[in-house]
Amino acid sequence: MSIEALPASNGLALETRGLCKSFGALTVADNIDFRLEHGARQALIGPNGAGKTTFVELVTGGLTPSAGQIVIDGTDVTDLPQAARVKRGLARTFQITALFRRLTTLENVTLAIAERDGVAGGLILPAGRHNGVIEEAFELLETLGLAEDALRPVSALAYGRQRLVEIAVALGLSPKVLLLDEPAAGVPSGESGIIVEVIERLPPDIAVLIIEHDMDLVFRLARRITVLVQGQVLVEGPPDAIAADPQVRQVYLGEREHGRGGR
Amino acid sequence: MATEGLVRPRLKPAPRAPLAPQQAIDAFARRHRYRWWEALPWVAALAAYVLFPSYIPLGAQILATILFALSADLVLGYAGIVTLGHAAFFGTGAYTAGILAAHGWGEPISGLLAGTAAAALIGFVSGCIVLRTTGLTLLMQTLVVATLLYEAANKASWLTGGDDGLQGMEVWPIFGQFRFDMFGRTGYLYCLAVLFLCWLFARHIVHSPFGRSLTGIRENVRRMHAIGAPVRSRRLIIYTIAAALAGTAGALIAQTTGFVGLTFLNLDRSGTVLIMLIIGGVGRLYGAFIGVPLYMIAQNRFSEIEPVYWYFWLGLMMIIVVVFARGGILGLAERLRR
Repeated sequence: MSIEALPASNGLALETRGLCKSFGALTVADNIDFRLEHGARQALIGPNGAGKTTFVELVTGGLTPSAGQIVIDGTDVTDLPQAARVKRGLARTFQITALFRRLTTLENVTLAIAERDGVAGGLILPAGRHNGVIEEAFELLETLGLAEDALRPVSALAYGRQRLVEIAVALGLSPKVLLLDEPAAGVPSGESGIIVEVIERLPPDIAVLIIEHDMDLVFRLARRITVLVQGQVLVEGPPDAIAADPQVRQVYLGEREHGRGGR
Repeated sequence: MATEGLVRPRLKPAPRAPLAPQQAIDAFARRHRYRWWEALPWVAALAAYVLFPSYIPLGAQILATILFALSADLVLGYAGIVTLGHAAFFGTGAYTAGILAAHGWGEPISGLLAGTAAAALIGFVSGCIVLRTTGLTLLMQTLVVATLLYEAANKASWLTGGDDGLQGMEVWPIFGQFRFDMFGRTGYLYCLAVLFLCWLFARHIVHSPFGRSLTGIRENVRRMHAIGAPVRSRRLIIYTIAAALAGTAGALIAQTTGFVGLTFLNLDRSGTVLIMLIIGGVGRLYGAFIGVPLYMIAQNRFSEIEPVYWYFWLGLMMIIVVVFARGGILGLAERLRR
């Protein structure tokens, strides 16, 4: 986890302007203006079907917007493919764990670091000779408390630890912007503590956006919250303002009252 | 407890970690080092040369087919590209070397390289098209490429001999010194040397960062995109390399048997190489060295004992592997060792 100095520019880490996406008559992103500051700890919440996943796919390049712009650290990346956005400092994790299951934990992280350093396509030296990459990967695992699992295949790890590897792979890219898509999804509430702790300890210069259902986690980690409803930003503000907002209580927190008992 | 929490720095490494960074690096570095058992295929190949002189021609075919299966392992086992058209490259290599030898250029090394280059070209061009898709669509497209080449070779009988096969190949001595003798000894050693060099090359690729990133593509292509990997170009590179090696294998068989026919390009050839690879074990680099000899020797034995029903016994062997040895014989060996 390399801790770099805060960037000199006081611009935004991530910004979307008038972002729209429709599938036929169905509008899933409706004129989204979104801002994420450098070093932010922000959460994106909203009821099921609000368009949170669509927003992540639009920002990362998995989907092409119908209209609007996406700007990462001052660069318009709207027309750039996914890989180019990653090179500009955008990393994400997946709601449904997306790891290299039969490879070891260390190798999972090594792949990301090698891509970041531009050595992943190398054909000359064996991978085992890239000591710098392996050392850095191991150090990253140490800081996340995963060192003892370094040489075990990811598929052999407990689910909660796989969720940590999910974050480790993204951190291996040394991102400026980190999108965490439901980082604690599927983890029993007793074990989600280690994930919260890891997110709390992330280097302060990374702008973190957490897409999350779990309100406890959101209110613990986020300093700002954006509420998305039916593809539109309903309201954005600090946690206490969001918690007190009557609109939010009605469409989101209220709905959760009805569904109580699941979590 | 509270004071301990205050004193302990938060970014301290996990206290239970038994691994030092050096150990992790060593574990990585060890993976590309040679192990003693990697010599076994070569010892066995040389022993077979001495012990079974009457089977040397079959042995040469086995060695070349191992190379063909090894190339299939690079695309299927490492990059996770499921193909039913790998014979396209095998046939391209065979016809290129064969046509050269039948039209007055029988120098074997340059013929082999020409076959390799032609197959690489077909692999690159077809790869640009078929690798845009994945899964079943990709499978069908690889099949289409092989079928197109098959029909092209069938139609162009003035060049390829069509249905009758290519006649009149004349392969010159290797380095102007070693003639291809009627017992197949030169051919056997020629195939062995070429296979050895290609194996060194394939092994180097597999252990390079590029090779590791291929396993990443196989394991989770979505994640590879998300870490910024140029997935499409990596797949195209390995597809081209594998096509080249398949072409080398085809050229080897053409030169050592002195014959090329349409069966070099057919679906049966593409399917059989996968079966041999699956029997041995996919994605392990050595599956080809086990599956191919086993299949071809069994085929040879069964067809002598039971000329009509030998396919039944091969089928039975396949079922046994699929039911009892998932991951092939190497997969079974790995499980037994644990």
